[in-house]
Amino acid sequence: MDAIQVNDLTKRYGGFKAVDHISFSVVEGEIFGFLGPNGSGKSTTIRMLTGIVKPDEGTAAIMGHDIVKDSIRARESIGFVPEMANAYVELTAWRNLMFMGDLYGIPRSERERRASDLLKRFGLYERRDNQVRGFSKGMRQRLLLCMALINDPPVLILDEPTSGLDVESSRLIKEVIRELNRAGTTVFLTTHNIEDASQLCERVAIINRGVIIAVDRPEALRQAGSALYCIEVSFSRSVDERELSDIPSVREVMKFGDKLRLYVDDIDMAITSIVDYARIHNMKILALTTLAPSLEDIFVRLTHKTGAE
Amino acid sequence: MSHLEQLRRSLAIAEKDVWIYYAKGPVMVFGIIFPLFLIMAFTIGRNMTVVDLFPGLMGMAIFFTSTAVGPAILPWETRSRTLERLVTAPVEVWALLLGDVIASFVFGILISLIPLSVAVLMGVEVLHAAVFVLGMLLATFCFASLSILLSVYPPTDVPATVMMLSSLVRFPMVFISGVFVPVDQLPGWGRAISSVSPLTYFVDLARYSISGISYYSAPVDLAVMTVFAVVFLVVAIKLHERFLPQRFS
Repeated sequence: MDAIQVNDLTKRYGGFKAVDHISFSVVEGEIFGFLGPNGSGKSTTIRMLTGIVKPDEGTAAIMGHDIVKDSIRARESIGFVPEMANAYVELTAWRNLMFMGDLYGIPRSERERRASDLLKRFGLYERRDNQVRGFSKGMRQRLLLCMALINDPPVLILDEPTSGLDVESSRLIKEVIRELNRAGTTVFLTTHNIEDASQLCERVAIINRGVIIAVDRPEALRQAGSALYCIEVSFSRSVDERELSDIPSVREVMKFGDKLRLYVDDIDMAITSIVDYARIHNMKILALTTLAPSLEDIFVRLTHKTGAE
Repeated sequence: MSHLEQLRRSLAIAEKDVWIYYAKGPVMVFGIIFPLFLIMAFTIGRNMTVVDLFPGLMGMAIFFTSTAVGPAILPWETRSRTLERLVTAPVEVWALLLGDVIASFVFGILISLIPLSVAVLMGVEVLHAAVFVLGMLLATFCFASLSILLSVYPPTDVPATVMMLSSLVRFPMVFISGVFVPVDQLPGWGRAISSVSPLTYFVDLARYSISGISYYSAPVDLAVMTVFAVVFLVVAIKLHERFLPQRFS
């Protein structure tokens, strides 16, 4: 069974289509990444999946429970950490967990057992009786993850789980995500951090302007992108990107600081042409490297392409 | 999922509200001091007995305490970014709102016991205690439901905006509800306006409870308060269901 099944899901705000007939599925036991730039429709999709916003068209189910017709069961199947969310800062970590467990109808003894285990696992047990007001951002994020796991959910939905965290908290959360996944939890996460997606996810979907433009394994996306070669070059002075675009076999040029990244069809012809270009313009080549496209390259190119369209 | 299970979750939300919004020094001080100030403001220097003032004072104490915090809860949860996690829990919107109503109800009842105790100590004798208690429970629930209705629109994350707007509703209600002048002494147009305020019926019932005299009969007062409570709650739930998603945009 698919843990998450989305078919033709659509949401409009007035005349604007925030999410436009998207379809994808997340297999049980998978870590699935949902990538897209700001305003691409990620948050609206998550809000439909978590029952906050009702879709205008299409259907979605979580563990077989329709998100509209069987919303409560669908919500019982997920643990959710929203982006920019907060625990109740006036309450202690322990009381936050007891409250959340209460909302899921978990009996008190079970709630207490799970809360103790989770707080120990996330390094918060010693601070359990402290008000959340005094917690750092990393500690609050770990507590939110504890709150999301109190109902032992089969599906965990994380909206930017490591955004703005210190290295230690970020690493801990990634470790826990992997650990939970090994124990059978399906994880659906959105992230701006392509490296995180690359490290964690078995498959990713890339959404832009409300439309899904790719769904595949990160490596498969990389290989699909490597139909084009990438050359990173740095000259002794600034050059006009448009001039480099005219070089034979160059498809696209992107600037990264003092470096230029050229996506080319024929790597031999392109390198020869770049060397010629430098010689004609009386410049030195400070560095020239051939690169396999990263997931970030694929992401930027795909979203750039659909944005231009 | 059974309604009973959802009701349990409402109680959990009510308990959370009590800890976060009500069990705070300034709120408790307001709740305790405010009715006492009302008593002093209306008795000192005036040739009116506590018995004469009791219905109006009890009405104001219950009304203001049970609507004091309720309107600010949802804007506050939106601002402090706790609402999204709350509404994605397996809790129906009605159960979530009922939790807020229960918290306002409990606060309203507990605080209103203070002026009631003071009034009894000052010689007020409640002749129809059962009717009075029933009316007090019903009125507090009715006003607590109104407090949730007051936070529907605009779906803002600024508590002060909602509190200002709710004051625009709450204060005029006091003046049209027979608090200062009994309904039977109002002109025809005054009686017509007072009939649209639920507070009128509690004040009338409180007057009946201590003197046996009222404008409406006790069953009518109780029935109308019940209707107001149901209407406030149902309309609040329907409107919140509609506007809640806008709090996240």
